[in-house]
Parts: sequence; structure tokens; C-alpha cells
Amino acid sequence: MADTRTIEIEVLRYNPEQDTEPHFQTFQVPFTHDTSVLQGLQYIKDYLDGSLTFRWSCRMAICGSCGKMVNGVPELSCHTFLRDYYPGKVRIEPLNHFPVQRDLAIDQTDFFNKKLPSVKPYVMPKEERPLSAGTYVQTPGQFHKYYQYSQCINCLLCYAACPQYGLKPEFTGPAALALLHRYNADSRDRGWQERADILNAEDGVWGCTLVGYCSEVCPKGVDPAHAINQNKVNSTMDYFGVLKFLMPRGGS
Amino acid sequence: MAKIKSYVRPMQGWWRRNPYFVRYMIRESSSVFLAIYAVILLVGLLRLTQGAAAWDGWLAALASPGSIVFHWLALLAVGYHAYTWWKVAPKTAPDIHIGGQPLPELVITGGGWLATLGASILVYVIVRWM
Amino acid sequence: MKRSHEPIFWSLFGAGGVLSALVAPILIFITGIIAPIGVWMPPQALDYSRVLGFAQHWFGKVLLLAVISLFLFHAVHRIYHGLHDIGVHAGTGAMVAAYGSALLGTLVAAYLLLAIGF
Repeated sequence: MADTRTIEIEVLRYNPEQDTEPHFQTFQVPFTHDTSVLQGLQYIKDYLDGSLTFRWSCRMAICGSCGKMVNGVPELSCHTFLRDYYPGKVRIEPLNHFPVQRDLAIDQTDFFNKKLPSVKPYVMPKEERPLSAGTYVQTPGQFHKYYQYSQCINCLLCYAACPQYGLKPEFTGPAALALLHRYNADSRDRGWQERADILNAEDGVWGCTLVGYCSEVCPKGVDPAHAINQNKVNSTMDYFGVLKFLMPRGGS
Repeated sequence: MAKIKSYVRPMQGWWRRNPYFVRYMIRESSSVFLAIYAVILLVGLLRLTQGAAAWDGWLAALASPGSIVFHWLALLAVGYHAYTWWKVAPKTAPDIHIGGQPLPELVITGGGWLATLGASILVYVIVRWM
Repeated sequence: MKRSHEPIFWSLFGAGGVLSALVAPILIFITGIIAPIGVWMPPQALDYSRVLGFAQHWFGKVLLLAVISLFLFHAVHRIYHGLHDIGVHAGTGAMVAAYGSALLGTLVAAYLLLAIGF
């Protein structure tokens, strides 16, 4: 095709069975106007080096699988295009702040097995609601209080962006804390107290120094920085025992 | 699944690898200038209690070239603090929706910048003329 | 998980952050640049008798104490947490040194403001 050009893609490789540390490998990849970084990786795997390992699934920025560092910035590789880097080269690395398992695949277990369940990410209603009572009713106003925080696709770009998580992985982190807020802010929920220990801890909201990069890189506009930092106010009011007067439900 | 020998990348030099982090570190280090200025004021207060001669000595020290250079740097640092403070202030505010639309961050940020401008004018007027 | 005591320090940090965002630039500009040089501000603006009068008034004392104390608490909080950012593993000793020095500055300022009289 007349509009096909070639770009240099540098990929971090790591084979745990053979390597003591990762190293870069360079490939020349043809691309057109609409070739994503993910498609560049798929070309490498299909035609140049079948051993290249990386996660992906939906190719449309909704599954959260394909997060990578592209020229040092956390991106969804399906949502990032080679044309925007040409004629410079594209450096692809695994998402920062996670252990590298193989090539571009990271160990995600800290988030999925620990951080995410720890915030009790489910509605805890005041009382059991029988099916006969029908659905919950929410006003648009009540819906807006938590909607944006429910848009998280668990892609981990925010963890790759967060230096505090990188410096201290015990930090609960942006996505988990945003999800914690999502449930506290939901009018159907009464679980503030259940989640308070996680929220109020050193590794809860207080592990954040408002770098703000998490919200910059989030592909879904969740704004975890906002979720965490408005809860610094809540945590402070709770600390001084005044939260219950201002917010009887204890939530948003 | 067999245990994988995963590789942990070092954090050393993390903030130098991204302009966003460089700006963050500049923002944080503005506090050093603020701390030094607060001590300068504290020393000034001490000199004030020690009489007119001591106070004039403090004023004279402020007029030295080293002091002027420091205060220009401090002004830049603290100015950047003020600019970034109001930029991030909306992140600590609760979610406010007006007519179904979220309150634009610029309302809080712009309000803050205007407040700094207003306070600056007020302080200047008071010191100059009152 | 243990509840953090950060709210105390964060509140002081926040108050100092707001106050310094509002008046630190103009104070530095006046006291450190234009008054010493005598441009846009006559040097007499910072005359001993004028400033003494301000410091002896109860309102002047409140402002001076607020400025010195809150600027210090804001700065030490950022510096203390900033140590972690640059890889310095500061323990309880650093915390005591940081907030302790801000407290010391506050107490010294309060003492001086009382000593200067009314």
C-alpha cells in the first residue's frame, strides 16, 4: 500500500527461565494511518518473533488488558497509534511498578488478589431487600455522585503512573481507592464503617501525595485523584469525630 | 503453575524519567523556599523585639545582593506553589453537580487564582498606604 | 489496618497551603524585593516604629503568628514526605525533627509576639 511506512519499535524482553534481567530488542514494523501500538506488537508476534508475550483482548479500550508503557507513559496499547510517534521510535515496556513476569506481561496479583477485594467492592445495603420490593430507585443526582468512579476497567495504568505505589507497594492505590469511594458514594450503600479501616490507614488515602498523574493517564475519566483526595477531607472529619454530623450516612 | 522468577524494576531516578514528575518535584521543593522565608520572618520578629538598631540591621541584610537573589528565586518557587495549589484544589472538593453537569474545575481553580490576586493587591495597598 | 494520624498534620499543611498560596508571593515580593530596593514601595513602609505598632496590635500578632507558624507547618510536611519521594527512608526521628521544628518556630514566634508588648 502506498501509505505504508516503517517505524522502529523497541520492546523490553524478559525470559524468566533464561534471563537475569530484561533487555531491549528492536524491530522494524510496517504501519498505516490506523495501526495501533497493539497491532504493532501483534505484527511482531505474527511475523518477526513469535515468542513475544503480551496481554490484550478487546482491542477497543474497554477490557483493560493491554496496558503498556509507551515511551515512558502508561497507555492502553489498543488506544495508542504508531502514527503519533513516527518518525521517532516507539519504546514499549511493561507497566511500571509491577514485577515483570515475561516480556510485557506483569504480575497483577497484588491488585486483583489483594487491593481490589480489600475495599469490599460491593453494595452493602442497610437491610436485605427482597425481590418483591423491586429495584432500587436513584435520582440522577444520586447517580452522578458515583457514576464516573464506576467506569474503572481495572487496566492498572494508574498504578503504573503512581510513584507512591512504586515506592511502597503496600499503598492501596488509585483504582482500589476510587472503587472504595464509588461504593461509599452510592446511595444504596451503608458500608462506610466497613471500609473505614482501609480508607483511614497510612496506606489508604494518606499514602497519596496528590501527584495527580493517575487521573492524567486514566483512559476512562475515573479521576482517582479526586476520589482519594476528597476522602482525605472525609477521613480528617472522621478522625476529629465530626463526620457523623455532616454526613449521617458517612458517605460522599 | 510453577513459580515465575519475576523481575522487579528499581525505582531509582523515577522522577527524572517523566516531565510530569519533574514538575511534581519542583512543586514539592517550593516548600524549601517557603521554610527559609518563614525563618527569615521569624528572625525579623526577633530583631524587632531587640530594638530599632537590630531591626535596621535586618532590613539592611534584606537589601544585600544575596538576599535579593534568594527572594527572586523564592518568589518563583512560591508563585509556582500558589499556581499549582489552586490547580489541584478541586481534587479535594466533593463532587458537585449543577443541573446534571459537574462543576468545572476551573471555577475553583480560577476562584483561587483570583483570590491570590485579590489578597496580593490588598496586602500591597495596606503596606503601601495604611 | 491502624488508623493514621496524618489528619492532624494534613490539616496544618492545608491551612498553611491556603495561606501561603494567598499571601506568600506578595509578602516575599514586598519584604524581599521591592521594599529593600525602594521600587514601588518606599523603604519607610518597613520602618521600625510602623512595624512595631503592627506587631503590638493584637490583630497584627494574630497575622504574624499565623503566617510564620502555618508557613512552617506547610513546608515541613512537604519536606518530610518529599524525603520519601527521593528515596530517603526517614523514620520517626525525621518526623519529630520536621514537625518539632515547626512547633518550635511557632512557640518562639508566640513568645516574641508576647515579649514585644501591646
